Amino acid sequence: MGRKILFITTDQQRYDTLGCNGGTIARTPVVDRLAAGGIRFERAHPQSVVCMPSRSTILTGQYPATHGVWMNGVPLPPDAPSVADTLHDAGYRTALVGKAHFQPFLDPLLRFEENAMSRTGLPGGMTYRGFEHLELAAHGPTGPLHYARWLAAEHPGAIAGFYRVLDASFQVNGAGGGETSAPQVQENPIERGWYHTDWVADRTIAWLDSLAAGDDWFCWMSFPDPHHPWDPPQSEVGRIDWRDVPLPPGYPERAEDRARIIDAKPRHWRMWYDGTLVTNFEAPARWVPATLSADQVREITARNAVECELIDEAVGRVLQAIEGRGWADDVDVVFTTDHGELGGDFGLLFKGPYHVDGLMRLPLVWRPAPGCRLSPEVVTRPVGLVDLAPTFCAIAGVDAPGWMQGAALPVSDTDADARRFERVLTEWDSELFGIDVHLRTVMRDHWVCTVYRPGTCHDGTEGELYDLDGDPLQQLNLWDDPARRSERDALVADLADHEPRARDPRPLLEAPV
Amino acid sequence: MNERASIRREVRITGSADEIWAVAGDPARLTEWFPGVVACEVDGDTRTVTAGAGRAMTEQIVTIDRLQRRFQYRITTPMFRQHLGTVDVVDLGDGTCMVVYGTDAEPAMLALAVGGATGQALTNLRALVEAGGPDAGAGEIAGS
Repeated sequence: MGRKILFITTDQQRYDTLGCNGGTIARTPVVDRLAAGGIRFERAHPQSVVCMPSRSTILTGQYPATHGVWMNGVPLPPDAPSVADTLHDAGYRTALVGKAHFQPFLDPLLRFEENAMSRTGLPGGMTYRGFEHLELAAHGPTGPLHYARWLAAEHPGAIAGFYRVLDASFQVNGAGGGETSAPQVQENPIERGWYHTDWVADRTIAWLDSLAAGDDWFCWMSFPDPHHPWDPPQSEVGRIDWRDVPLPPGYPERAEDRARIIDAKPRHWRMWYDGTLVTNFEAPARWVPATLSADQVREITARNAVECELIDEAVGRVLQAIEGRGWADDVDVVFTTDHGELGGDFGLLFKGPYHVDGLMRLPLVWRPAPGCRLSPEVVTRPVGLVDLAPTFCAIAGVDAPGWMQGAALPVSDTDADARRFERVLTEWDSELFGIDVHLRTVMRDHWVCTVYRPGTCHDGTEGELYDLDGDPLQQLNLWDDPARRSERDALVADLADHEPRARDPRPLLEAPV
Repeated sequence: MNERASIRREVRITGSADEIWAVAGDPARLTEWFPGVVACEVDGDTRTVTAGAGRAMTEQIVTIDRLQRRFQYRITTPMFRQHLGTVDVVDLGDGTCMVVYGTDAEPAMLALAVGGATGQALTNLRALVEAGGPDAGAGEIAGS
């Protein structure tokens, strides 16, 4: 019998939303305890700051350029490798409960397996990307996934209480709600136990209960929150009064300060802030960031924190169930998210082609199976979500296949230095309705360096360079600072030297998201 | 962001223009190559397409021009404010053809959701034709 793996992801969760990472708004004692008894990573970055590419990186252990999901709406190719396949082949029972999103959601023909499987199921004895059991959910209460069908069957009256994710034009909805008319906020009267966070935990526990005591298992428990919309059960919203929530350090309260900071960045920042450019499907098309008020930032931050607390409590229930099965000493728990959320930084919300900490610095906690007796550590060296798949292989005692491009996560800074965890790379490519944006970023030492390739708004000479030691909020772009030219040149060269292999031909964009 | 969008996908297929047109220009053969379409019925200039979930979409056939080898149709279900799909088979004169599938629609996101499927449709069409002619390959591709 080997080590079992509970892999927990959230969606679009900031690093600073966990107590163990210094967060002060959401109470997250369960994950904080995992961090205290395990390894907490202070510089974990995604390889893409949007869902489908990032989740595909987690699954394949490859960079977006290599697995082919170069933007949301590009389905993961059927022949892409999967760590779940590797583990299943090694004898692990495998499940994915919650949000998958390796294939597009907006699928009116229902041609993608993930959207069809709640009706069709998996053929007997078959797996989907290595998972023998899948029960899927997304952010909303409608659509073809398991959660939506369950809600429609069991609690149809609850559907109307959710925020409508898409507007009448199938654009991301920008309508406001709550007490501040904040975008993507709505009072949702749903009973807490029917909300998708608890549903994901319930279905995870049900699957674990179906296993034999001696089974080895890998369970990816994937919460759709705290990704917008921010419509948690209204019964829980009172936990945090938004009026008491401090503004995030990255939100300059004076409009002229926001404008000054953004104007020192490549021009698509200001164009989106002013509502003159929409580059992607990751934020409401009709919402203008410059209209975001301080109170709206507070209300969204409070609701986001409530969602993080509900997740933490749901994780606690699952860990209790694991303990009840007698597995507590044998289970590795890994907690992370697919990417971050701007959360008011620079006066912005949601996500997009903006490679700054709000989107790139992720919560990552690995609590090795207590039976391994590894010492708790804090790792400050850069790691990536690309390193998760080889980590799962290492936990399972399986050699990481050659197609994986990362390495098993370090258990300490000493280990990281010995195995040369020096840099982490992040890519952005988007091409939507004639507008293209392409970024390549390296984080190493105390620098974040982003190179812009030619696109609709950029001629290929632009860039961003931030000194995280002196400017942790990344408000001072040093790209054009002659005094930093040598650092910039070295980072650009380092980035070029570590460009991941690109899949050829590049898969086609098949849907908006 | 514009309300309307225009999506284009294309593929080069080894085969004669007549072979390709026999499939692409026949509105009743859509199930053989368009992903997610499980049934289609043609009644005059109306085509009813059924997707995997059992959802039916009605379409108006606008153009079947065998001389230009152009097929056009409109999706008329209400969620589209406008739609025009165009399939052109262009003989390149070297034993290959370029097949171009255009989708012009409003709202833009539905244009991409439907037009995004046309790339896979053309890949399926190429496999169908290059497998030895439309009849030979039809059974393998249907329902893929």
